[in-house]
Amino acid sequence: MSDSFSTTRPIGSHRFAAVLMVVMFLANTARAWAGETGVPQAESGMLEAVFFYVFAAGALFSGLMICAGKNVIRMAVWLFFVLGSVAMLYFLLGANFLAVIQFIVYAGGILILLIFGVMLTNRSPWVRLDIKPREVAIAAAVGLVLMVTLVGMITVTDWPEEMAVADGLTVAEIGRGLLTTYLVPFEVVSVLLLVVMIGAAYLARQES
Amino acid sequence: MTQMSVPWKPGEPVEYRGVKALIVGLSKVVYAIGRPILSRLAFPIFVCSVFGIALLVFATTLLFGFVDDRLIETATNGPELGLAGGELTVAEIAAGLEAAGVWWTGLLKYLFWPVQYAIVRDIIISLGIFCFALVTPAFAIWWERKSAGRIQSRPGPMRVGNWHGWAQPPADGIKLLQKEDLVPADADGPLFRIAPYLVYIPVMAAFATLPFGSYWVFRNLDVGLLLILAMLGIEVIGVVVAGWASHSKWAIYGAMREACHMVSYEIPMGMALLIPVMCVGSLSLVDIGGAQDGGWHTWLVFRNPFTFGAALIYFIASLASCKRAPFDLPEGESELVAGFLTEYSGFRWALFFFAEYTAMFVVAGLMVVLFLGGWHSPLPASWGAQLGDGVIGRAIKGLIFSGPALFIIKGYLMIFVQIWIRWTLPRIRIDQVLYACVQVMLPVVMVLLLCNTVWELFFPPDSIVAIVFNVIMALIGAVVVVSFLVVMARGFINRRREVGYLAVDLMPGG
Repeated sequence: MSDSFSTTRPIGSHRFAAVLMVVMFLANTARAWAGETGVPQAESGMLEAVFFYVFAAGALFSGLMICAGKNVIRMAVWLFFVLGSVAMLYFLLGANFLAVIQFIVYAGGILILLIFGVMLTNRSPWVRLDIKPREVAIAAAVGLVLMVTLVGMITVTDWPEEMAVADGLTVAEIGRGLLTTYLVPFEVVSVLLLVVMIGAAYLARQES
Repeated sequence: MTQMSVPWKPGEPVEYRGVKALIVGLSKVVYAIGRPILSRLAFPIFVCSVFGIALLVFATTLLFGFVDDRLIETATNGPELGLAGGELTVAEIAAGLEAAGVWWTGLLKYLFWPVQYAIVRDIIISLGIFCFALVTPAFAIWWERKSAGRIQSRPGPMRVGNWHGWAQPPADGIKLLQKEDLVPADADGPLFRIAPYLVYIPVMAAFATLPFGSYWVFRNLDVGLLLILAMLGIEVIGVVVAGWASHSKWAIYGAMREACHMVSYEIPMGMALLIPVMCVGSLSLVDIGGAQDGGWHTWLVFRNPFTFGAALIYFIASLASCKRAPFDLPEGESELVAGFLTEYSGFRWALFFFAEYTAMFVVAGLMVVLFLGGWHSPLPASWGAQLGDGVIGRAIKGLIFSGPALFIIKGYLMIFVQIWIRWTLPRIRIDQVLYACVQVMLPVVMVLLLCNTVWELFFPPDSIVAIVFNVIMALIGAVVVVSFLVVMARGFINRRREVGYLAVDLMPGG
């Protein structure tokens, strides 16, 4: 990888998102360690506990690698590992639908769009992020505030003793809920998506 | 230091020393013993292995018939259906074997004692799935080459293995394993190395919920269909990363095309898959397959005109999703060298091809489960219920009425259709690919979805109109299949007159 390819295009929001994500994972792990909940205990299966730690560590490590990286595509691949590990954690908790949707929407959709966008919009194939000290300071400050808030919230909250595990048959209940109790929010979100689609079509329209 | 001339590398004797000399010496012994056996007995070995596989199917039908019984009992206890259900005890295994009509349980129950632990069953089943996913590409590659040969009036591979080149895929595999693991100097090393796994692992993960039979499924998830769709979707990431990391124009173009057409074909594919889901009312592949057990007229493809259209659209989109011709633009040999594979060689290149051929089986299996009756034969499964629970009865039920063997046969038939299309249709341009998706398939599948909703609302399956349409569709389907078979048989009987003696004698089974 030669330096002649490096471009100086700071993308602060990416870095910020990465920091945010790592903070959230740190907070999650802290919650798991401090509150002794959320972690599958031995009685719910030794294997589940092992897998929980493997995937939690994987998500955390990948998140840190996003933070440490400068190469956007590599960061996207690390993001893929973060999303995959979190989906695996959802599977461990019996939330199959959520896990699969995580794969379809985030890994299969948004991540592809991200890579696609980077590949299409950059002249050089090796897109690098060069962060200014000012951005590091801002990101660190925001991250710190978030972390303090989250950790504070986690320690204050009274967590249930029993780990909540879905029964693995969630999709029917989710569907029923979306079409009965939560019909209005569901429709509002779909209208929002429609607006976004119309906007995208308007932007992509040929000027004639 | 010894000088040796090896029979498979004619010419000057080569110097080998130390461990290498030992390995070469041993290889020479194996070669000397194995070559005459293999070259003379290849056909008997092939026949024996076919019979062996048949016997294995028989044995597994027997064994898993008993597992079926166990699991039907445990199925009500929790969401974890499938072979890896709850824990069993040795006594339960013995009782299950006795119920299956096996009388020598005294020894067998101890042979099967590890099976009582769910994790042992998980490992066994994972290994089984892995083996199946290794054998399928090997067989499909040989089959593809032979079919391509037939379609292009040439015999295809004929030499390796002495029987119609049956050993060509293993030979290719050994060759590819020996090749140097090349990473271009300008490539992004780690990403270049990891990309083949990003393609292969999702495809393997799709097998986790692909049912081979009503209980022949690793995990019967309530979102099984979505999981397979997700796995086919994230396969793209590997291809795009491979193309990007290769740092080559051709590879980047290939990756761009892949991302482009995969992201667009996912939409008609997902919408076409909604139609069988709507008909059955479940996202679980086991439920969808199980709903088609009443004979061929209950297969979802014949349910109404819209499910037939959905099957067609899904099949086209599935060709695009595993990069098969006429959608093999990411590779596009004629214009892109080899597309995203340009810089790959050796094992990593082989992994991409394993992934492609395994994905072919996954999408074919999905088609079979969703539209073509799953693991059921064209005969109603209720006829098989009269056969009883004896050994023979179970075997007949497993092989003729509903069982994994039927699913695999149907899946391979769908693979053959994919091969057939690849060698018959020309590749289309990228703008035609996107036009076909966005402006043809997407509106069509939307209309199908809407019409199917209205149809299911106004003509439930037991109404007169639905039955009439179902019968008409099923009869048309039967007539088409039968006339196809007649044409095939006529061609086979007159094959010497049609294509000449040489071509016929070079055909397996000719």
